[in-house]
Parts: sequence; structure tokens; C-alpha cells
Amino acid sequence: MDIEIIEIRDHLSRFPPFEGLPEDVLSEVARQIEISYFKAGTDILLFDQDIRFLHYLRSGAVDVFRRNGELYNRLTEGDIFGHFGLLRNHKVRFPARAIEDSLVYFIPSSLFDRLCEEHETFADFVEAEGQSRLKTAVDSQSKAGELMQIKVRKLISRLPIMVPAHTSVKEAACVMTAENVSSLVIVDSMAAVDGTGTLPAAGPGAGIMVGIVTDRDFRTRVVAEGLAPDTPISQVMSPNPITVQAEDSVFDTMLCMLRNNIHHLPVIQRKRPIGLINLTDIIRFESQSSLYLVSNIFNKQDVAGLQSLLPDIRATFVRMANDEATAHMIGSTMAGIGRGFSQRLLELAEAELGPPPVPYCYLALGSMARDEQLVVTDQDNALILDDSFDPELHDAYFLKLATFVSDGLAACGYTYCKGGIMATNPKWRQPLKVWKQYFTQWIDRPNPETLLNSSIFFDLDSVYGEADLAETLKDLLASKASTSEPFLAALARNALNRTPPLGFFRTFVMEQDGEHKNIINLKGRGTAPLTDLIRVHSLACGSKAQNSFERLDAVATTRLMPPEAITRLRYALEFLSMVRIRHQAREIEQGREPNNYIQPETIPAADRHNLKEAFQVLSNAQKFLRYRYPSLQSMRTL
Amino acid sequence: MSKAAALANSPDWQSIFNNLANTAKDERLVRFYQAGAVAADTPLSDVELIAMDIETTGLDPDRNAIVSIGLAPFSLDRIRCAQTSYHVVKPIAELTSKSVTLHRITHSEISEAPGLDELLGTLLESLAGKVVVVHYRNIERGFLSEAVRYFIGEQLHFPVIDTMELEARLYRGANQPGWFARLRGIKPTSIRLADSRLRYGLPHYQAHHALVDALATAELLQAQVATHYHPAIAIRDLWN
Repeated sequence: MDIEIIEIRDHLSRFPPFEGLPEDVLSEVARQIEISYFKAGTDILLFDQDIRFLHYLRSGAVDVFRRNGELYNRLTEGDIFGHFGLLRNHKVRFPARAIEDSLVYFIPSSLFDRLCEEHETFADFVEAEGQSRLKTAVDSQSKAGELMQIKVRKLISRLPIMVPAHTSVKEAACVMTAENVSSLVIVDSMAAVDGTGTLPAAGPGAGIMVGIVTDRDFRTRVVAEGLAPDTPISQVMSPNPITVQAEDSVFDTMLCMLRNNIHHLPVIQRKRPIGLINLTDIIRFESQSSLYLVSNIFNKQDVAGLQSLLPDIRATFVRMANDEATAHMIGSTMAGIGRGFSQRLLELAEAELGPPPVPYCYLALGSMARDEQLVVTDQDNALILDDSFDPELHDAYFLKLATFVSDGLAACGYTYCKGGIMATNPKWRQPLKVWKQYFTQWIDRPNPETLLNSSIFFDLDSVYGEADLAETLKDLLASKASTSEPFLAALARNALNRTPPLGFFRTFVMEQDGEHKNIINLKGRGTAPLTDLIRVHSLACGSKAQNSFERLDAVATTRLMPPEAITRLRYALEFLSMVRIRHQAREIEQGREPNNYIQPETIPAADRHNLKEAFQVLSNAQKFLRYRYPSLQSMRTL
Repeated sequence: MSKAAALANSPDWQSIFNNLANTAKDERLVRFYQAGAVAADTPLSDVELIAMDIETTGLDPDRNAIVSIGLAPFSLDRIRCAQTSYHVVKPIAELTSKSVTLHRITHSEISEAPGLDELLGTLLESLAGKVVVVHYRNIERGFLSEAVRYFIGEQLHFPVIDTMELEARLYRGANQPGWFARLRGIKPTSIRLADSRLRYGLPHYQAHHALVDALATAELLQAQVATHYHPAIAIRDLWN
């Protein structure tokens, strides 16, 4: 009679790598299993011992060690071990010991080999470990990688239509009409212009791009200004336009449009324009583009109009999460949308209050500056004013401006910052010279309060106005922080305040704060401490990057951290962010208010393993930080 | 201590088997006894064990019948699922719908199953030379002996290790709450299979499937030995 022990088969079927194997295969595995009980404290595998079985932990807890005795992993129900040995000469690589009374299932190596050969997912799982398993999880969940991988040059259907700078506006308009285009690239060279006014694009003698004109420019700058038809086009063009490189991804291009609120973008290869990408090209490629939403933002005439877009923001977020976009894409897109709101509100404020009395730069701080914004977010902003700012004369204007934007953002779902980090706070509405003092002081004499400020204000980016003001602060920060070891050490200590929820024993230590019982705070104990520690390394290597992934790129160019450690951090951040994003998307879909808290039981077993692994990466990275800045002890008195 | 009492404490199974091999008439029984019993001083780690669970229509061997039997040969090191076996038995007595739901065996499964008389040979062959492990020996030994008496008309005797009795040694007798404690509502520790397993951190299994219960019993013995005994303990200290 065909016997199969359902208890065993069903248990296997719930855990990777068995999860997803066909029923008959699972039955076969269950039939061949051998079982043994290990008392807590008993060695299960010793280094270099022969190994002929894959080990599956049915119940209990097992510690797996490196050869040097260092703890490598702590396993719980449904975890496998011994596969390394099976894959390499049948000798135990990682010794294992029961730390609780444990029941272990043994799967014969012949069957293990067959499963590896016949089932790709099984092989992928057992062959991958550490970062690479997380990598597999991360890679397989981002189908939208297409958008990241496809080069913008693929979307170009024709060479840009170009005219030399001296062309009259009338001629230029005729060329546009004849060619049926809505924008025109202006070049400085006259040499290679042929009869039709077009240039051979990338050939020798082709012109260097000096500007761009669009249909709209003819309306606003030519007709509305009453210019003569023979006015040179160079007078009405937008000079030095923002461009993308041919090798940039479609997504980068989309982000560039999003950030700068432009709908035409010349594509450059070896300094020559090779095409012109516009909004519709991208939308044709990615039909539900969030660019729709952003262009909508700029069509709204008041706060109420902007407020009406709130459901669209959430819909965009949910759609991207369901389309399996990467965390980087989603974070940048949401930040781009947030910027759009801020920019439009500033335009509306200026329209109401009149032009600013002195130049200013409106700053985004925190997640928006890092391009890591999600849907649950409050506003962190500040104003850098030109040094000619006189509080007596000018502050009333900027207070009104800041209040208008802040109230508008709050109405659009970006709640007020509880810590008062908003331009409405006079402390954060200051001329550049005061900001320089702030930053200098925070770096030279760190204390607990200013360290908190550092972690918020050191992620900064210009949203509107004079970007140079923000750049000056970024430069100051990059050069000063990297050379101030005591500051970095203090910031490092601060980055260790929040630890990942990996309890010493067995499994997750759950949050115990009131209504959120037995749950994990994915932001507070996951992504936030990760961003914190990435910030420290990034400042240490003098980088001006704001986005955590870009900061890791910058750190990778130095010898600050081993390359594998950086790769691991990247995957951990991506994975934790994605779990957080998908959780929030689900909450929105189910009509609930999205938050950062997850119950580990509610997520699939495979994700749970990866989650634990991602937290382990964070934990190891924190250890590394502690080791890198040993002066932490002496900083206690700060 | 009287000779009878000493025998009750630890029967000399080797000589019992030798005698029975000479007196038994049925060939199947003769072969079973001829396979012999292990010596009483054999270390447990050297003994071939076989966990057995029998599901029945009721608790009384005289009035109720066997519906299924699960067998799991094992050693202190390993329980090998590939060697387990499971038999559904066509009972002599009528199957009540209560026992049908309990064991999740359907009437059609039963009607196609062999009768116990057909299975006895195979069964005795599986047990030969091994020490049987059960949870609550009165059921398994009782029903099997009764079946042999009914079909063959002879006596069946064999040694068993009773995991329930091993639990009782720890939680009954001097160790169980006295009458005063019980009066105050302190319940004696449960020594049922599922509750006992829980104490050793063994997973919860669906009860009342003969093979799953046999497996559960084998795991329990491994856990008991790992926790309370040395693997070299002589078999005489555990069997009955």
C-alpha cells in the first residue's frame, strides 16, 4: 500500500524550497524522510564531517556557525541546513547545534541532487545564500526592471529637427510646421545646415546644442511679447536645456522630466543631440505613467484642485507596487510627485503674494530629498534665503509663503511635521549665512539634539528657487563632515540607536507599544536605521549623494567597506522597502490607512526568511559601524 | 522480592520466547518466537525498535475490533519513513459512524481491506526480532493478543516499551499531586500522547491516524531517552 505521511508532506509544502514543488514530488520527499530528535545543546553537524542528508528543521531552533565559531545563522521551523556540505564534496561546511529541543527531518542526498536537477526554484534556493538569496528575491520581484534597463535611445524614432541659432523665429516656425514637430533643437554651428534647415545629427561638423524651443515658447515668448518675425531664435529659446544621455534608462528619463517638470528632453550622445524625447513617447512606452499625475499637478489652479489629486497619488503608488517596480523607482516617483505639489504650491503662493523680495531656495528634507518617499509621510521642509535677507523687511513675506505651502501640503495629505521641521518655523527660515553656522556648529560640537537635526537636515535637496543656495550647503557638508572624525563617530552612535528586531533567541522580538502588539515596525527598526548608517558612510567618504542607493554607489568607490557588504546592504534596503511598500499598497487597496507595521505571520514563508535575512544584514552592518568608529565609548559624555 | 514480582518488574523475554517457540503450533507464531527476543542487558542504542499504533472501534478488546495498524521501525538515531507501513483492516464487528469520523477511514476503504487473519502473518514478520514501542500498551498488546487468540487460538506474548508508562514514572506515583493538592484543583500532569509530546517540544500532529500516531510515539521515545536516559541504558529497564 502506498503510504505517505500527510503530516510531513503538508509541513514541507509550506516552506521554501519545497513550497511550490508538485504534489507527487512532495509525497516522494515525505516518503524518503528520516527523522531524529536532538536535545537542546546537542551538536547536529560537526565541521568537516561527512554529510549525506539535507537537514530540515521541523520544530525547535538550531544555530549554524562559521568555521571560526562565529554564529552564522539562527534557524527556526521550516529552515534547511547542511545544503552547503551537500553541494561541496559532502563535507560539513557550517557546523550546527540545537539550541532548543529540535526535531530534524533528513532528506537523502540522492533525492536532494534530483530535486536540484529537476526543479529550478529548488536549486536557486539552495545554491543561493546570504546576499544572493536576498538578491534572488529582490530580482524576481521587480519585473518592472524593464523600465530601468531599457535605454532611452531605444525610444528615439527620428533625429531631432535642428536649426542654427541665427535662424529667425518665422523660419523656425516654418521648419516646425513642415516637419510636424512641437519642439526644435537650436545649434551653434552654421556649417552643416542643409537646404531644409536640418542637420545631420551626429556626423562630423554637426552643431553643439545651445538651446531648445517648443510650441509653447512661440505663444509665450514670441506672440505674447509681440516680437518681430525676424527675431533670431536664439533670443527666445531656452538656453542650456536639461538633457539625458543616450545610455540613460527610460526610467531615469522619466524621473528627469518628473523632477524638472519638463516635457521635452534632448537625448545626447557624445555631446551631440541624437533625438528628442517627449512626454508622449514615455507615456506610449509606459501607458500609466505617473508623469500624467505630475502634469496634472501643474494644471491645478488652487489648493482644492491639488487636494482632489490625493486619490491619484495613492492609485499611482498601488499601481507601481502591483507592477512590481523597484523600491528605488517607487521612492523616486513618490518624491517627484511630492516635489510637484511643493513646486505648484510655491507657484500659487508667489502668484498670490507677489514676487519674492529676495532670492530663496525651498528645501526638501528627509525622505523627499533622498527620493525615498512613500505614501505615509509628513512634510519636512525649510527655506534658505539670500544673505541680503532683512527680517524686518522680508520675513513677513516668507512666513506667509511658508504657511501657504505648508497648509497646502497638509491639505494634500503631507501631514505637518510633529518636530516642527518646516519653513513656517522661524528657526528653519534663515539666510544662507545662518544655515552655514548651523551646519558648522552641528558638525563641530555635536550633541544629542543637533545629531537628530543632522540626520534630518543632512538629507537636503532644492525643490524650488535658487538651487545654488542648497548646493552651497551640500558642498559645505560634504567637505566638513568627512574630515570630522568625532562628528562621524557621534553620528554613527546615533545610527545604532534603533536595532533590527532580531531577538537573541529564536525569532523576531515584536514591538510591544500599545495597539501594535506582536508586530514589526518596518520603518523604525528596518529602513530607517539602514538609511541612518548609509548616511554615516556616505558623509565619511565626502559624497554629496542624497539617495541611499546612490550613497552606496559613492561608498563603493572608496575602500570604506568591502564590496560584498555594500551589495548586501543594497539588497537588504531594497527588500525591506519592498515589503513596506507592498504592505502599504495592500492597506490602501483594502481601504485602510497605510502604516509601517507588519505582522510576520501574515507574510508568506519565503518572505519571512528573507525578512529575517535582511534584518541580519542590518545587524551585521551595525556591528561593522561600531567597529569602524570604536571611539564611541568616549562619546558617551556628549 | 518474590520471583513472580521480579518477573513482573522485568520479564526474562529471551527464555519466554524460547519456551513459546517450542509450544506454539501456528507456523507464523513459531517463526515469530524463533526470531527471539534481545537479551535483557542489551543497550537501548543497539536495539531495533518498532513503533506500533492500532486504531480500534472501541476500547474493549473483547467487544471492539481493529480498523487500522501503523508501524514505524526505528532506532534511537533514526526513524525511516521509507520503512513505515500502514494497514487498513476489515473488522469483524460493525463499524460505528463515530469511529469512522475518529479515524478518518471510510466504509469503502474498509470493505476493500483485508481481514486481520490475512494480515497477521505480515504483521508478525514486521515485529519479529524487534522491540515494540507503543503509547499505552494495554491497547496494542491487548487487541493483538485477542486477535491471535480469536483467529489462531493461541497466546501471543511480546515485550513492549510503553512511552506512556515512561511518562507515568515521572509524573505519577510519588510525583503526582497528592489528594490535598487535587482537592485544591491541581490536576495531575497529562500523560496522553499529544500532551507528552508537547513537553519535549515535539510538533503537534493530527491524532488518530495509526501511522501518524506510530511516528509520534517513535519520536516521543527518542525525546524521552534524549532527555531522561542514557542511550546505553539496558533494555530491561524500559520494557515490560
